[in-house]
Amino acid sequence: MKPDTKLDSKTPDGPLVDKWDRHRFNLKLVNPANKKKFEIIVVGTGLAGASAAATLAELGYHVKNFCIQDSPRRAHSIAAQGGINAAKNYANDGDSAWRLFYDTIKGGDFRAREANVYRLAQLSCNIIDHCVAQGIPFARDYGGFLDNRSFGGAQVSRTFYAKGQTGQQLLLGAYSALMRQVSTGMVKLFPRREMMDLVIVDGKARGIVVRNLITGEIETYDAHAVVLATGGYGNVFNLSTNAMASNVTASFRAYKRGAYFANPCFTQIHPTCIPVHGTFQSKLTLMSESLRNDGRVWVPKKPGDKRLPADIPESERDYYLENKYPSFGNLVPRDVASRNAKEQCDMGKGVGETGLAVYLDFADAIKRNGKSVIAGKYGNLFEMYEKISGDNPYKTPMMIYPAVHYTMGGLWVDYNLMSTIQGLFVLGEANFSDHGANRLGASALMQGLADGYFVIPYTIGGYLAQTSFSKVNVQDSMEFKQGIDDVQKRIEKLLSINGKRTVSEFHRELGLILWDYCGMSRNEEGLLKALSMVKKLRHEFWENVYVPGTGNDLNQSLENAGRVADFLEFGELMINDALARKESCGCHFNTAFQTEENEAKRDDENFCHVAAWEYTGDDQMPTFHKESLSFENVELSQRSYK
Amino acid sequence: MISKSINLTLKVWRQSRGEKKGHLETYYAKDISVDMSFLEMIDVVNEDLTKIHKEPIAFDHDCREGICGMCGAVVNGRAHGHEKETTLCQLHMRHFSDGATIVIEPWRSRAFPLIKDLVVDRSALDKIIQAGGFISVNAGGAPDANALPIPREVAETAFNAAACIGCGACVAACPNASAMLFVSAKISQLALLPQGRPEGAKRVQAMVRQMDECGFGNCSNETECEVECPKGISILNIARLNREFLKAEFS
Repeated sequence: MKPDTKLDSKTPDGPLVDKWDRHRFNLKLVNPANKKKFEIIVVGTGLAGASAAATLAELGYHVKNFCIQDSPRRAHSIAAQGGINAAKNYANDGDSAWRLFYDTIKGGDFRAREANVYRLAQLSCNIIDHCVAQGIPFARDYGGFLDNRSFGGAQVSRTFYAKGQTGQQLLLGAYSALMRQVSTGMVKLFPRREMMDLVIVDGKARGIVVRNLITGEIETYDAHAVVLATGGYGNVFNLSTNAMASNVTASFRAYKRGAYFANPCFTQIHPTCIPVHGTFQSKLTLMSESLRNDGRVWVPKKPGDKRLPADIPESERDYYLENKYPSFGNLVPRDVASRNAKEQCDMGKGVGETGLAVYLDFADAIKRNGKSVIAGKYGNLFEMYEKISGDNPYKTPMMIYPAVHYTMGGLWVDYNLMSTIQGLFVLGEANFSDHGANRLGASALMQGLADGYFVIPYTIGGYLAQTSFSKVNVQDSMEFKQGIDDVQKRIEKLLSINGKRTVSEFHRELGLILWDYCGMSRNEEGLLKALSMVKKLRHEFWENVYVPGTGNDLNQSLENAGRVADFLEFGELMINDALARKESCGCHFNTAFQTEENEAKRDDENFCHVAAWEYTGDDQMPTFHKESLSFENVELSQRSYK
Repeated sequence: MISKSINLTLKVWRQSRGEKKGHLETYYAKDISVDMSFLEMIDVVNEDLTKIHKEPIAFDHDCREGICGMCGAVVNGRAHGHEKETTLCQLHMRHFSDGATIVIEPWRSRAFPLIKDLVVDRSALDKIIQAGGFISVNAGGAPDANALPIPREVAETAFNAAACIGCGACVAACPNASAMLFVSAKISQLALLPQGRPEGAKRVQAMVRQMDECGFGNCSNETECEVECPKGISILNIARLNREFLKAEFS
């Protein structure tokens, strides 16, 4: 294969620890007086988007910031519970930027870029400093200093938290920084807008087409660069822990305009969620995985055992994680815990009404430590569980089941976070960059904020300073008119099909196909089957969907229809990526590639790379591009948790 | 989870965009599993409406786990329904009895103009934050996070105020449509923490002024806001806001 000129990661030379410093020095600066001449579009107001918009405005750029909700404060970063990692080493327990880097690379099963991950680890400390200065009320110890906890199996305490609402507090911090810039006039805010397309002029990203979700009007906006911070695509599975409006449309439109999509098959499935209760369930709720510190996971030994948990004696219970993984027990990593739960349910040993759940039992912990200690640790989680399920976890075991939670794949970006389209930058969960094939707990918040507060402000300057821009504006440039036209045609098409099935029916069906064949474990046969099923479903969608209402009104069914239409196409891309990666790594578990211990078995010789897909036309197989990963600072090892 | 279904009669506020006056429309929600959330129940009704080619009920919602603050409606006269400290998305149908009639209306306040059906415009809350709900610090210049110890109780009290999700239920519940609980939560968080002190006086004056300009009513200690707040924000914060405001006015 000829070397890919577009997939130049632009990783700086020199020792790993100095790369970011050297790079910042080498990046051209925009003269302070010139910054105000540049306009930047930021799409999304989650941790990455809000922090980027605020920081770019602080530097003097003019920012147009878009979000889908009624207020930037609603972005789904707000729902993150656990915490945010930083290599502060406040606990004096041996942490360092290097250790955080190593843990993240290893946790990602060696499918991330070393230089990016090291930069993330370095910047982690700046994030905490900045967030405290913003007035974020992190948990503190009795001396008044910041408290840390160990999280997600990490051997050091490096996770900063604000009860179970860390994401909320960090997002509100970024939101207030953003509001401050709105009040100065440096940020112009466009809420209730959904990005429908990217506008490229002379090969550079110069604007976007959005739909005003209140009036239905199709609007266009121009700028010198476009920053996408539009989150992950977990809702392709229909049921996930994502918010209802989370979608792939912005990323997918950029993909169709030439941005490569990297590793779409890397989706993380979180083991401790509240199980599905029925067809009309709209979303899944995550329970912090800290619960596994004290809860014991079990199922009845006998398949189909319908007795109440209290009636099943000890000898007839299978504590399968403890039996299979004696040294890690209930604390095995997310992907291992998830796969095992599914395996038990597939054997007919699942519990609850649907048989799609396993028990997480606190009886022993309560006996050992007393109810008050357990309540002190997990009180709010127990309450949340009871609110949703109606069961009291102090009395009867919780029921849990895995759910789609986070997507490591995303638009391909170089070290500057720029995609394969000039001037299109991608931040946060929307890019693919830092988590490899599996994300560690408390790392998503860190990445979103590092990208927004501390990476993009420098790298976008480098781009703006050395690029010459032609004059572009939404009234006169043909590309914008074309963008409006395309979007309008698509909306008219959706509204005119007038078929028999609703949008949610298609979404549910797509989700089930992907969950069954492209979820926790995959194999070639299933993936091929799924591919033809998704294709068929997509064709049916465009002939048989019914979308009520009109285009020039607040029309939530139409919004969903557009998102599901993109998910249907995106689902195929995911499956193709999973098929092409003939190895197992991290969350991508192909049953044909496993160790004797049923662990993901990597093939570093042939698959130590990022798979980046280029759109080539509807119903065409996308072109595969490969960014080889080289590891100069860590040794590739096989994970083992036995 | 013991599964059971119930049947309900809904009376839902319908109002088209631009229409001056809306009306209550009656719908029947059949075979609603008691494990569903209130919004999932509306999803079912909407799915049925779609199938008979009628326009579904527009309502705001997003995270469906009680943290984003996007959802909210007045259910049988109560903001977010009758369960304590619960958002509408976390209100489950097991709290309703079979055969019940449920009246569903939007937040009502002059400061929250109605957009459509149950959807209202809450941008006034963003405007209040824009007026001063922040600490003026740029990225890059912060000292080490542990350079400034903050007593644990202070941090926790600040956290409890910061837990506000900005849903607007306090405004909807208040007979005066006052936003004092919302404003006081942000004022308290930043007044309690030492980082927020330097701008304290300016902040409280600016935010209160903006609140008045947005058309919210005044506080007359009805305490309805505290009862309906899904995050249990205390009205002690309003007392703190008043103190901060008076101090600022007299200094």
